[in-house]
Amino acid sequence: MKLDYFSKKRWTGVIFLAVFIVLSIWVASYTRFDLSRGLGSFVKAFNWTISSFYPDSASLVRLPAILIKLRETIFMAIASTTIASVFALFFALSGSKVTQVNSFLSIVSRGIASFSRNIPVVAWAMILLFSFGQSSLTGFLALFVATFGFLTRAFIESIDEVGHEPVEALKASGGNYFHIVFQAVLPMSLSQIISWILYMIETNIRSATLLGILTGTGIGFLFDLYYKTFNYHAASLVVVVIVIAVFFIEFLSNYIRRLIL
Amino acid sequence: MNPLLTINSLKKQYDEETVALNGVSFSVHEGEFVSIIGPSGAGKSTLLRCINRIIDATEGEILFDGLNVGNQNKGQLRKLRTKIGMIFQHYNLVNRLSVIENVLHGRLGYKNTFNGSLGLFTAQEKKQAFQIIEILGLEKQAYKRCDQLSGGQKQRVGIARALIQEPRMMLCDEPIASLDPNASKIIMDHLKNITTQMGITCLVNLHQVNVALKYSDRIIGIKHGLKVYDGPPKSITKNQIYDIYESEAGELILELKDQNEA
Repeated sequence: MKLDYFSKKRWTGVIFLAVFIVLSIWVASYTRFDLSRGLGSFVKAFNWTISSFYPDSASLVRLPAILIKLRETIFMAIASTTIASVFALFFALSGSKVTQVNSFLSIVSRGIASFSRNIPVVAWAMILLFSFGQSSLTGFLALFVATFGFLTRAFIESIDEVGHEPVEALKASGGNYFHIVFQAVLPMSLSQIISWILYMIETNIRSATLLGILTGTGIGFLFDLYYKTFNYHAASLVVVVIVIAVFFIEFLSNYIRRLIL
Repeated sequence: MNPLLTINSLKKQYDEETVALNGVSFSVHEGEFVSIIGPSGAGKSTLLRCINRIIDATEGEILFDGLNVGNQNKGQLRKLRTKIGMIFQHYNLVNRLSVIENVLHGRLGYKNTFNGSLGLFTAQEKKQAFQIIEILGLEKQAYKRCDQLSGGQKQRVGIARALIQEPRMMLCDEPIASLDPNASKIIMDHLKNITTQMGITCLVNLHQVNVALKYSDRIIGIKHGLKVYDGPPKSITKNQIYDIYESEAGELILELKDQNEA
């Protein structure tokens, strides 16, 4: 019987591997994927990148314009995150088991949060494009909705971690709901909450540049514009600026995190 | 003299199968030090939490200082809770705040929403907090964050937080269950002093039978949600203790004086 157990386990592995290989070959032939040509094009792409995708002196003239658009994108990411975090905090307070007002409200706020979280930012942007057209408002709202969902979930977990114990103590000494939230729950979870907000600002700056291509705003639009008008030098300058900005923001938020934790 | 606390046939049922309390009655007089002993899951914690309505009882009546606890509305309940201090096994402090901030939390029952939420305490309250901290020997730790304290120090912060409420009664839920013998003695001595010197009634859940016998004016034994003993520590017999803990004679670590032998 014991031998049976091992051979059965081995056969499961073999069958799984076989299915995996057959599936890969079938999909590759269907899409006419050719590994050698794929790898070969890497070399071509690399050669093209170093020969024409670099900022030259002429493109530097456009730097001020690029920086203005970069600022627009970063500010949009920060604004959508901070405003979403305010809403997320209220929903998290009513959603967390520790601070919920009643279980019905808790389920409703968890439901709204998980609905807005599970639809990706790009899908939200596409949905909102119909109503708001190609404007920064579309990008802002798309980031807002997705961020709100994610942060609500994250905040609920941070608040759950506080636990019932300090809440029980403040209740026993006669404190009301707001006393408990401001004197026990927030002091215990605030550093976690700030950390999540910083993380979301970083993520949203990256998403906002991509969203810009879709909504025709910010630095993403500028990249799209230069790229489609064959102005590769300016387009590459945009990329360089984005990379520097992302690194700088990450450095900054890591520094803040070290201070508060 | 009317008792400070009267409990009449208190019942608490969590769901169809779980009955925590099954009709417990007793009363506690002002200035008494009463210990409740019994095995884990006997309903001791539930009993304490029903008294200040952290848990709502299913049936029965609790009278505290002449007030029916079950009939109080939200505002009245908050006022009533200020008169009952509570101490917990796991201290239940806000660990990221300092000792003095945690002690001042004991004043929240007297505060309106605005002042309490922002932690705006009067100079008088702060002075009082420092006095209590000094009584408990924590003056060096006053500005330390609570997560840097030892277990015994944390429990003393818990006691300080309860004392600043100016309570008439203390509910202590396993106050020394997580402490070493040394810290346990310090905490029990403080609790005893609170009763003898400040006249504050203490109702203490205890696991350590010897400690209960040594410190209490009265022992209440709880088993399966029922009161099985109520009397002075002197007259409790070994067999009664074995009965409460449902164990064979000799299996418990006990030191009883000879007169208590049955």
